[in-house]
Amino acid sequence: MYAQLVETGAQRVRGTDELEGQERVFQERIDAGVKIEPKDWMPEGYRKTLVRQISQHAHSEIVGQLPEGNWITRAPTLKRKAILLAKVQDEAGHGLYLYSAAETLGVSRDALIAQLHAGKAKYSSIFNYPTLTWADIGAIGWLVDGSAIINQIPLCRCSYGPYARAMVRVCKEESFHQRQGYDLLLALCNGTPEQKAMAQDALNRWWWPALMMFGPSDADSVNSAQSTQWGIKLFSNDALRQKMVDQTVPQAEYLGLTIPDPDLKWNEERGHYDFGAIDWDEFFNVIKGNGPCNRERLATRVQAYEDGEWFREGLNAHADKQAARGAAAA
Amino acid sequence: MSQTDAAQKLAYALRFGDTALVLSHRLSEWCGKGPALEEDMALANTALDLLGQARHWLTYAGELEAQGRDEDALAYHRNDREFFNLLLVEQPNGNYADSMVRQFYFDAWHALALRRLLASNDAQMAAIAEKALKEVSYHLRRSSDLVVRLGDGSERSHAMMQAAADALWAYTGEMFMGDAVDADAAAQGYGFDPASLRAPWLDYVREVFDEATLTLPNPDAWMHQGGKQGRHGEALSYLLGEMQVLQRSYPGAQW
Amino acid sequence: MKKEWPLWEIFIRSQHGLAHKHVGSLHAPDAEMAVNNARDVYTRRNEGVSIWVVRSADIVASSPDDKEPLFEPSNSKVYRHPTFFPMPEAVKHI
Ligand SMILES: [Fe+2]
Ligand SMILES: [Fe+2]
Repeated sequence: MYAQLVETGAQRVRGTDELEGQERVFQERIDAGVKIEPKDWMPEGYRKTLVRQISQHAHSEIVGQLPEGNWITRAPTLKRKAILLAKVQDEAGHGLYLYSAAETLGVSRDALIAQLHAGKAKYSSIFNYPTLTWADIGAIGWLVDGSAIINQIPLCRCSYGPYARAMVRVCKEESFHQRQGYDLLLALCNGTPEQKAMAQDALNRWWWPALMMFGPSDADSVNSAQSTQWGIKLFSNDALRQKMVDQTVPQAEYLGLTIPDPDLKWNEERGHYDFGAIDWDEFFNVIKGNGPCNRERLATRVQAYEDGEWFREGLNAHADKQAARGAAAA
Repeated sequence: MSQTDAAQKLAYALRFGDTALVLSHRLSEWCGKGPALEEDMALANTALDLLGQARHWLTYAGELEAQGRDEDALAYHRNDREFFNLLLVEQPNGNYADSMVRQFYFDAWHALALRRLLASNDAQMAAIAEKALKEVSYHLRRSSDLVVRLGDGSERSHAMMQAAADALWAYTGEMFMGDAVDADAAAQGYGFDPASLRAPWLDYVREVFDEATLTLPNPDAWMHQGGKQGRHGEALSYLLGEMQVLQRSYPGAQW
Repeated sequence: MKKEWPLWEIFIRSQHGLAHKHVGSLHAPDAEMAVNNARDVYTRRNEGVSIWVVRSADIVASSPDDKEPLFEPSNSKVYRHPTFFPMPEAVKHI
């Protein structure tokens, strides 16, 4: 997902009855569904895990601007151009809301961005794939934003107040992202054979990376168990991925597109679609920095930040001068 | 309306539409690469406003032309010699100071121009101007504010803003040079004489530059022209090549 | 590390006449730019007609440790809530 493989530092998850003192009171609040707020006492592990998770999520939003931003200047109609520009702008907003939520935990945005730029912080694997055709913009909206919604709606109920509130805002804006992607693909699938082939090609390339977004199975992961106990992870990776597959298959059928998985079929007994094995080697390779676009994505972010330094500094200098003038006049 | 009258009015509408479209394109190149998240979003808002305005102008131009061309046909199926945008707005983004000064020079003119168009006897033009002016008033407030802050900011930001102000200056003169199309617009009452905007524009820019501690370049310096007549710099053809690639590669396709 | 723009808390009043509501935060070099940025970040969907900005560092918050003395007492004043007073079926408009 936008936050993948989040480390919690836990060796073993202790049940509420094993906890003592403040930690027990804290866990009882979470168990009772009471939100944790910035000034409340919290275990250091909870704080650190949240910083990791929220900042990864934020990094994903702003790095995620780049693959789609790649097509703004080439959008094929002015209406599509306006929609895409507004959509990519929204993603900047999501990054901003999420960094703000992370900042309530006592880290600065600049420090988080420095971690990203130093290659120490992760962002979602999905944004390291290239957008090669216009149909990729549709595939991202439909599959990537679609997956993000599945993941983010439960997070609106997560235990940390500022994160939950940021997610509420994000989800409200997110609703048009998936639809514009699907609408774009609908136009292609109702268009010329070449356009339809473009859509099929995009689905072929984005399907498996989209499934990988949810991360490897975490059924046996102590990190996931800990995050679940802390109320910052509400469903397993597999459950979310299954939900995505189940809702997407009929949508693909409506488009007349074929999902590139020969093993995909409805399982009457489970009431879900079965699907083929995911190439986790590819996923870990991308996470390690070997995806097709890792280097460019990070380099673009670093350069934007460095190029903007004079701007941020210049505005600071002016604000300081104004404050000094105000003080002198008073 | 005679045929030449109609052609001139069409050219007049295209100048506004193409200028908004090309500048919106340039601003959208910054999306995801701005100097701060807040600024990234603010600039995208300006780009979206201008894109919306371009769509109004081009749709109206299509109606004036009466050949069945809509906003997309006009945006995607004309070459650079048929684009009538101002030279200023096609200038490549450069650094962020260049983009901000370009925006400021343009906004200061745009607000004056739209205000004049409110009095247009063409109801459609007046309506487009009225809607656009609300947006552009904010653009101007924002770009003026940034010019002041960055000019009167750090030594470095001051130097960068001054360099941008000097470099782009020669592209500002075109905004005030009239030709037969402008003369017709003024005579028919749907437009205005661009020369009449020069003094108020200079006054405004001087005032903002004073506050920004920037030096106003020489108003009587040599100025480029030609954009309004379809003679552009080398950059525009590349811009259009990028913008139009899908429409040109898949003729007749619906998107 | 260079100095970061300070953090601001943003409050927006919608057109419906409700009080200003906290909507989130952002960074800006000073108050005036915080208002501008808030316009561009938090009112893109017609969310509001008035913006307040407060430097985050200037907010004074009640302490979570005071939760019991500050908020428990009001729990016992149920009579402040209208549902405390059941009205006879026959009595209308009250
Ligand atoms: Fe997002
Ligand atoms: Fe999104």
